[in-house]
Amino acid sequence: MLNKKNIIKKLVAILVIYILGRIMLEQEIIPPHIGSIIFIIGINIILAVSLNLINGFTGQFSLGHAGFMALGAYASGMVTAVYGKHFIVGILFAAVLAAVAGLIIGIPTLRLKGDYLAIATLGFAEIIRVVIENYEKVGGAAGLNDIPIDTTWTWLYFVVVITLILINNFIKSYQGRACIAIREDEIAAEAMGVNTTYYKVLAFVIGAAFAGIAGALYAGNIGYISPDNFKFMKSIDILVMVVFGGIGSISGAVAGATILAIISYLLQDFSEYRMILYALILMIMMLYRPQGILGQNGLKSIRNWFKKLLKKEERADASANS
Amino acid sequence: MPVLTVKGLTKNFGGIMAVSNINMEVKKGEIAGVIGPNGAGKTTFFNLLTGIYKPTSGVIEYSLDKEINNKDLKPHKIAAYGISRTFQNIKLFKEMTVLENVLIGYHNNLNYTVFSSFFRLPGFSKGERKAREEALELLKVMGLFDKKDELAKNLPYGEQRKLEIARAMATKPQVLLLDEPAAGMNPQETKELTELIRKIRKDFSLTIILIEHDMSLVMDICEKLFVFDYGKLIAKGSPIEVQNNPEVIKAYLGEEEAHATA
Repeated sequence: MLNKKNIIKKLVAILVIYILGRIMLEQEIIPPHIGSIIFIIGINIILAVSLNLINGFTGQFSLGHAGFMALGAYASGMVTAVYGKHFIVGILFAAVLAAVAGLIIGIPTLRLKGDYLAIATLGFAEIIRVVIENYEKVGGAAGLNDIPIDTTWTWLYFVVVITLILINNFIKSYQGRACIAIREDEIAAEAMGVNTTYYKVLAFVIGAAFAGIAGALYAGNIGYISPDNFKFMKSIDILVMVVFGGIGSISGAVAGATILAIISYLLQDFSEYRMILYALILMIMMLYRPQGILGQNGLKSIRNWFKKLLKKEERADASANS
Repeated sequence: MPVLTVKGLTKNFGGIMAVSNINMEVKKGEIAGVIGPNGAGKTTFFNLLTGIYKPTSGVIEYSLDKEINNKDLKPHKIAAYGISRTFQNIKLFKEMTVLENVLIGYHNNLNYTVFSSFFRLPGFSKGERKAREEALELLKVMGLFDKKDELAKNLPYGEQRKLEIARAMATKPQVLLLDEPAAGMNPQETKELTELIRKIRKDFSLTIILIEHDMSLVMDICEKLFVFDYGKLIAKGSPIEVQNNPEVIKAYLGEEEAHATA
């Protein structure tokens, strides 16, 4: 399955990208405003990949991701700003709190299917936001200020890489297969011995935990958070990344998160039109490419596409020669 | 010794009696057939046997490694008890490969933790390697080895039915319930399937209960038949006995034709 050579190659690649990124950011070879997009992309990747675990791989339509992100952001913000703890404590606390919330929300709502689940999760996310808004200890509607800017390139990069590795490993385990089986056919999955409720909740909790981590990075990146950052539209944002990139593919979610961050940067002067564009993107995707730009095979589909293209050219050459 | 005992089994959907007062036994190692016209309650009966439906009244008892009755029957638990099934309207995991479909069948035989999955600890590699080996072995037996990396949805119909059986076999069952395994197969494929069912019964010492409309398969392979009509068990016995049972002829051919042939 995995040989040592491969692992070493991958580790080297990961480190090289890290060092290159660090040099370019520190020497300002990448201008700071582009650098800030890279941070947004990183956080979006974690959000998209973790939502994809719930929506794409397990097939449970959740619209509550912004709620878990909010919990993580506030958890980490409080721990680092108010209690002065190290960022790692903030990240871990964010993950744990979001996971616990995921468990509490997941157990009752995951009995619901399709639209009902979407509405229920949406409702819960709004409840989380409204509670924060009315909880003066965490700043209430005014938000939480003076959060230490802890999200450095090092933190961002390694948290993103670790997230990708862990979620990829999970998907390829028997637990991950069980989740995909639930998406494909719940009754058949049950007949094969998959406890569907357990695995739905498991995927939901893992997804929530990583959304919490993304929230922690977000708080440490901006330094200021308010309940307005985590409105319903934030959940839609994340959903669009997943749908755009490819439902049920990790590389698809990464591509979706990246491309949409770039699009919304380019459109920052017309930010009120952004949601119109998102709606258009969603409609066009559903009509012409419901599997997302990368589809379920992720990067493989690009490889196949190139292969096809090459073959076509070969054929064209061959017919031209004959 | 009966593996399956059913007593007074009844299932109502609103006012409709889908299955009514069924009494039957299936012995260990038998291949038993459940036949009857469309809408006779055969699939409902299977869904009762696998816990998808709860009986309105009556008792289902399996005597496997331990005694199981219908109170223990939950869909996700039957596999662990040693009961597995296929579906009439094929329910494969379409976007997964043939091999992955079979690996899902090994779900209960894998037990490394979520933690080992996340970090690819030795438990993960060991468990996956073993499951893969066994799954590939099973695919060889079922004649699907060459197709292991194809998506299930791309298989021809007959092979999809076979894959359903392979996936069910992966749960290591003692009792295998097949819901119309030959539906949509041509006579040649049906013949091969007949041999395959015989072979797996012998090699894996299974008890097999199957619903089937293809009488050539049923008469060839089943040692005992149960005939359903309008939710009732109208006849049981060996294929010969059932073939000559006037009630069965009436159910299948209608009353007048029965007179005509008599």
